[in-house]
Amino acid sequence: MSSLVINNLSCQRGYNQLFSDLSFRVETGEILRITGANGSGKTSLLKILAGVNIHEQGSIELDQHRVKSDEYQQEVFYLGHQAALSAELTSLENLEFLSALNQPVKRDSLIQALVDIGLKGYEDEYCANLSAGQKRRVILASLFVSNAKVWLLDEPFTALDPKGVEIVENRITQHCTNGGLCLFTTHQDSALPNQRMISL
Amino acid sequence: MNIYLQTLSRDLRVALRNPSSILNPLLFFIISVSLFPLAISPEAATLSQIAAGIIWVASMLAVLLSLNALFHHDFDNGVLEQMVTSHHSLPLLILSKITAHWLLTGVPIILLSPLLGVFLFLDEEGIKVLMMTLLLATPSLSLIGSIGASLIVGIKNSGMLLSLLILPLYIPILIFASSAVSQAQFGLDISGQLYFLAMFLVLSLMSAPFVSAIALKISLE
Repeated sequence: MSSLVINNLSCQRGYNQLFSDLSFRVETGEILRITGANGSGKTSLLKILAGVNIHEQGSIELDQHRVKSDEYQQEVFYLGHQAALSAELTSLENLEFLSALNQPVKRDSLIQALVDIGLKGYEDEYCANLSAGQKRRVILASLFVSNAKVWLLDEPFTALDPKGVEIVENRITQHCTNGGLCLFTTHQDSALPNQRMISL
Repeated sequence: MNIYLQTLSRDLRVALRNPSSILNPLLFFIISVSLFPLAISPEAATLSQIAAGIIWVASMLAVLLSLNALFHHDFDNGVLEQMVTSHHSLPLLILSKITAHWLLTGVPIILLSPLLGVFLFLDEEGIKVLMMTLLLATPSLSLIGSIGASLIVGIKNSGMLLSLLILPLYIPILIFASSAVSQAQFGLDISGQLYFLAMFLVLSLMSAPFVSAIALKISLE
């Protein structure tokens, strides 16, 4: 069992106090959906949990390992707004590099991950030629091959078609039943079972 | 170590598939050097005296021109965010980006310098020392430049700011490197200058990746 424990977290951006004294914990197997209006600090919260510096106070621990420690960062995968892909590289090359940043994965598993996410035949296509949804799928593929326990997903369903959304939802459910935990934000309706909500 | 090589090969691949990003600074280097004889004097005696200074100033400006792109694309497309949140050491990842930058700008400049030296009537000894100083000091240019590039990464149209931040730090290198070449032309001992350039290289190698990592984290806030 692992748990992500957030204690008295406050965040300020410019003159805005986004949230203050936020405390909660997420246990293995849980899916936590973060809701809130635009600008309420959902992305900032996920970034702070991912270890990106933002003006913040408070403590974040995963099994007694503090945020930004190697042990913590190893267990966390952050999927941000941006595609995190280089236009000059093919989807497979991008995926290879992104997974190397987390855990190196064999080439065959990477190709399989691309097939699973519905990008069969696009392995050697330059990312400049992919659509927004396809780019999203490439970075989601790198999420699915990672061994990270904690998934921090910022608007994971953006630009995906209904089939893509279904694949991602299935993978999130599967990840959480296999002992992972997932925090995500979305403005879309999500059919994920057992999701807990917190509102900023 | 593996991630170092992987980042390096990725950066080289990205750059080679977008050759204008490498060729622009190099063309600038060649063109600016070749304009001097037209403007000053085509006489061998005059040119050989100022050759080292011209080549050094031009190579410094060429490196400066290329620095903007060091982190910019990765910042825009979000790869930098993935690097920061990765458990790998950020200074190591930055060092491999700097290595790629040096291989793509510093090394071509070193290779082109004898040719430009001949253009400017630099003698054999002068060319040898010029290449030696470039070899010792262009890595420092990339390393120190990365600090400036990481500080300005989120700012639009920041070319001027980058020059203001970085050029003062480049000046000691410029002074020692060009004086080494001109002293060598008179047959004087240049070990002092070379030691200084080597010291600068070691110092920037030890500090620049770490300082850049901190600056990048601040820029990503």
